[in-house]
Amino acid sequence: MANTPDYSYPPMDKRKVIGQRYKRLDGPMKSSGRAKYSSDLKPPDMLFGAYLHSPYAHAKVTSIDTSDVEKMPGVKAVYVAAPAGTEVNWQGYEIAGVAATTEEIAREAARMIKIEYEVMPHLVKDDDLALAGTRAKQGGERVVGDPDKAFQDADAVSEGQYGIPVVYHCCLEPHGQIIQWKPGTDPDNKSDQIHVWPSTQNVPDYAGSLSQNLKVPATNIKVRMDYIGGGFGSKFTPDAWAIVGANLSKKAGGRPVKLYLDRAPELMIAGNRPSAYAKIKLGGKKDGTITAWQTESWGSGGFQPVNPPAQPYTYANVPNIREVRTTVSLNGGSQRAWRAPGNQQASYLTCCAIEDFAAKIGMDPIEVFKANAQYAARTGAPDTYRYQLDKAAELAEWKKLWHPRGQSGSGTIKRGMGVAIGSWNGNGHRSQCRTVINPDGSVSVEIGSQDLGTGTRTIITQVAAESLGLQMGQVKLVIGNNDLPPDGGSGGSTTVGGVSTSTRKAAINALMKLYEACAPALGAQPEDLEAVDGHIRVKGSPNKSLTWQAACRKLGATSISEMGAHTGQAIPGLVTGGAAGVQIADLSVDTETGIVKMNRYVAVHDCGMVINPRLAESQVYGAVIMGISTALYEERIMDQQTGKTLNPDMEFYKLAGIGDIGNIIVHMDIREENDKRGVIGLGEPPAVPICAAVGNAVANALGVRVPRIPMTPAHVLDTLEGRTA
Amino acid sequence: MQSFEYANPTTVQEAVGLLGAKWGQADVLAGGTDLLSLMKEHLHTPKRVVNIKNIKELEGIQKTADGLRIGALVTMDELSKNSDVVAGYKLLADAAAGIPSPQIRHMGTAGGDLCQRPRCWYYRQGLGLLAMKDGKSLIPDGENRYHSIFGDGPAYFVSASSLGPALVALGAKVKLVSAKGPREVPVAKFFVTPKDEASREIALQPNEILTEIIVPAATVRSATYEMRQKEALDWPLATASVALTMNGNTVTSAKIVLGHVAPTPYESAQAEAALKGKTITAATAEAAGKAAVQNAKPLSQNAYKVTLAKVAVKRALLEAAKAKG
Ligand SMILES: Cc1cc2nc3c(=O)[nH]c(=O)nc-3n(C[C@H](O)[C@H](O)[C@H](O)COP(=O)(O)OP(=O)(O)OC[C@H]3O[C@@H](n4cnc5c(N)ncnc54)[C@H](O)[C@@H]3O)c2cc1C
Repeated sequence: MANTPDYSYPPMDKRKVIGQRYKRLDGPMKSSGRAKYSSDLKPPDMLFGAYLHSPYAHAKVTSIDTSDVEKMPGVKAVYVAAPAGTEVNWQGYEIAGVAATTEEIAREAARMIKIEYEVMPHLVKDDDLALAGTRAKQGGERVVGDPDKAFQDADAVSEGQYGIPVVYHCCLEPHGQIIQWKPGTDPDNKSDQIHVWPSTQNVPDYAGSLSQNLKVPATNIKVRMDYIGGGFGSKFTPDAWAIVGANLSKKAGGRPVKLYLDRAPELMIAGNRPSAYAKIKLGGKKDGTITAWQTESWGSGGFQPVNPPAQPYTYANVPNIREVRTTVSLNGGSQRAWRAPGNQQASYLTCCAIEDFAAKIGMDPIEVFKANAQYAARTGAPDTYRYQLDKAAELAEWKKLWHPRGQSGSGTIKRGMGVAIGSWNGNGHRSQCRTVINPDGSVSVEIGSQDLGTGTRTIITQVAAESLGLQMGQVKLVIGNNDLPPDGGSGGSTTVGGVSTSTRKAAINALMKLYEACAPALGAQPEDLEAVDGHIRVKGSPNKSLTWQAACRKLGATSISEMGAHTGQAIPGLVTGGAAGVQIADLSVDTETGIVKMNRYVAVHDCGMVINPRLAESQVYGAVIMGISTALYEERIMDQQTGKTLNPDMEFYKLAGIGDIGNIIVHMDIREENDKRGVIGLGEPPAVPICAAVGNAVANALGVRVPRIPMTPAHVLDTLEGRTA
Repeated sequence: MQSFEYANPTTVQEAVGLLGAKWGQADVLAGGTDLLSLMKEHLHTPKRVVNIKNIKELEGIQKTADGLRIGALVTMDELSKNSDVVAGYKLLADAAAGIPSPQIRHMGTAGGDLCQRPRCWYYRQGLGLLAMKDGKSLIPDGENRYHSIFGDGPAYFVSASSLGPALVALGAKVKLVSAKGPREVPVAKFFVTPKDEASREIALQPNEILTEIIVPAATVRSATYEMRQKEALDWPLATASVALTMNGNTVTSAKIVLGHVAPTPYESAQAEAALKGKTITAATAEAAGKAAVQNAKPLSQNAYKVTLAKVAVKRALLEAAKAKG
């Protein structure tokens, strides 16, 4: 039986590269503007694409005539995606694309397409269930235990209403790609070839999805992406724009076509986070233990039904539950995964309801969250939550600054503190890595992943360098195209677990081969060797060693090329799932204006073994900034009279700027017991609790619950002045 | 954007000759921070664009015995930092400084600020300045959280200009020049409430250029207070520009003008009357704020703006009282 190498990581105190705070490798490229995003590229002969989108939320295309436009000078191809008879169910729906020699001609041509619609009735509002009529579909009732009896027996019952609206991903680089579909005219190679430079979270699976649509074999589709300007869950598939772009390219005789969404369609059709609204009733004991939970919730993720998330969130093992969920089908663009899909909404509903219960029984919410940590479903999680609640409270100076709800002094500016929790799985995805060690000592690591901006490049390099006993600069990394060993899409916080495991295995496998090649020279058996500080040496006899270069020369003329694979199953010590987080918002509300200002925000998160604390913290900072923006400002606004989206822009779709964020304190919960679980993803968990923590802090400041996110002057003053929000 | 002819005159005389007799024929281009978006959205489709940035006579701020002359091309940034403006007309410097983002303050001009089109999202989504559908405005039953709280329609947008209220409070005038010659119009009359879709929200005629702003000499204590939710790029929800003429600590006359609450800058005679002969205290400032919104008629979603307008007046007054004359 071949020896299975030991892939386990060295103990925390023995690591040289893993655990170090390296700056991200692509930082200088990005900050100097040298990094080329796909939308920056301009292959020779490139044409510009433009779209015609539906101006209506619900309509049928009755006729479309592109003949005039096809004759316009500069227009090279027109492709109709929604022929006569197509029913469109949201504004912005892709009707047709035009490719032309300039952007201006393409846009003008798209506008000139002759099209007629039969306008149909629409629904675009989701906050009032009464308006939804037959567009609302109620799911069955879910009952756990005996909620009626539990409410009867409860020492106290609290009730509240909560709402969190549809928000956008707002990727800075919009959705789209440059794509070239070359007909197979070469007598030796008759099959069509496609080259695509997309903005995608999923380089490895992109060709497979495209081939199904275009009927070109996936082997003939070359996908390449070096940098991406944000995805947040909305960029997994090639989408309509790739199909339209490809067809335009084909019609234009194989010239590459650049087709990216403008900002308005980017917001309207390229994904959003579903809304969730709920009435929640909680019953429990005076000591803070919750015994009964009742939820009536509804929400919408666009035209296709999407249920609001189950309640209670994370503390799922509350013994008595009644829940009815309703989904509303709207004439609006479809939802897509949004950085921990379902979880912000779930956390907002649950954590606000828990804070309202804490206020009802006059208890400190930190204590109430601790009293109910037992209900966290994952093994080990209750202890983690208790620890992190205390840690977050300490960092936020909770004991000093928190006050019972509404007891925030007599001034017009009221300070408030709010706490919330989150959870996420983050298990590593399937991944394959190839490690090549060359006789000259150079090392390359090849993996068909992408760096979503999360630091994937840096952490793969760290794992490889650590595993080979080398420094960061000695490992060359290749990612970002589909000729490389297949990896998974960067979603679900699964990337770091996947790539770290396959990289670790490939590097160790390659090292085993190197040990075999240099064992004779060291007069030792391969299994007695170790790679440390750029040397291959005999364990226990550090002076019996070869430098890395000398060791590699023993390979003669043949490079080592070894694979490492991760199947997606958790491997204790290497990779697993299940992370917790606790966050506290500290803010001030001007009670005369309803304007909320962030003072300080504390985020405490665990993610198993942390490969690079700086990059881990970066994920948390980014998520908290994005979350504060949603908590205070962001909201899709649609007009029921016309079906139009009124703020598909960055002016009235309000985003926070750096001056709006306050001071963020990130604490990575790096403890031996977390470390030994293995690597867990972190992209999503810190994005979860923010709306809840902010909402709770506002309630704490004002002494009354402002039900709806975002915490705008309108919502705050409407609550304070007794108007129904 | 529709194709257009681009003209680059160097004198006002030349420029006015290039303008049209009707809206839609030509548009003046100053900083372009608004015009470019209007053109990209096909809300303005001029056949000719007349760039006025090469016209030297439209630049600069001059202090004269009669007051200040502010060239149409003076940027928000210049206006917010000019020592004469800061020293004598704090409310105007405040208003210019409040306009968000260094890019907009450096590109946007004083003339462009007064002539910019409303930001009403129905208008910007192509549903018309008055957002009329079947003879009725969409706004009262629609998404009106940022709309006007004064007046009876049919216009419900709010005047976008931050300089407008400050200039009305100062009793300033604008000089409008056409091929036929110049005319001067008080800023208070420059902003108008359009009654139909074909009208504009300013008194400028399509064949005219706004060449300068004339601010009378005044000894006032003044301030502009803006209600903005965000620090980053954002529009005010309500503003108040106040100019107080004082005798010692007593207000002899007050100008109180609200912004972003009506289709024009909204001067409140009630608030002005409430202050006459008073000293500025928390109580009188509060009372003036209340008086200022006495005639407010909020729409379905914007009652909160009544509170914001009231508090803006109060806070502007308290700030002005602290400021030097
Ligand atoms: C996100 C954002 C936030 C903003 N916030 C504010 C704010 O808080 N307060 C505020 O006041 N403004 C705000 N602005 C608007 C900004 O101040 C204006 O866009 C700017 O002042 C316009 O000046 P400009 O020189 O760029 O005008 P342009 O875009 O060149 O022109 C605007 C309009 O005025 C006409 N015009 C310009 N100059 C003249 C002239 N001399 N004579 C005749 N017609 C002329 C043009 O034909 C055009 O119709 C904001 C803008 C943005 C994008």
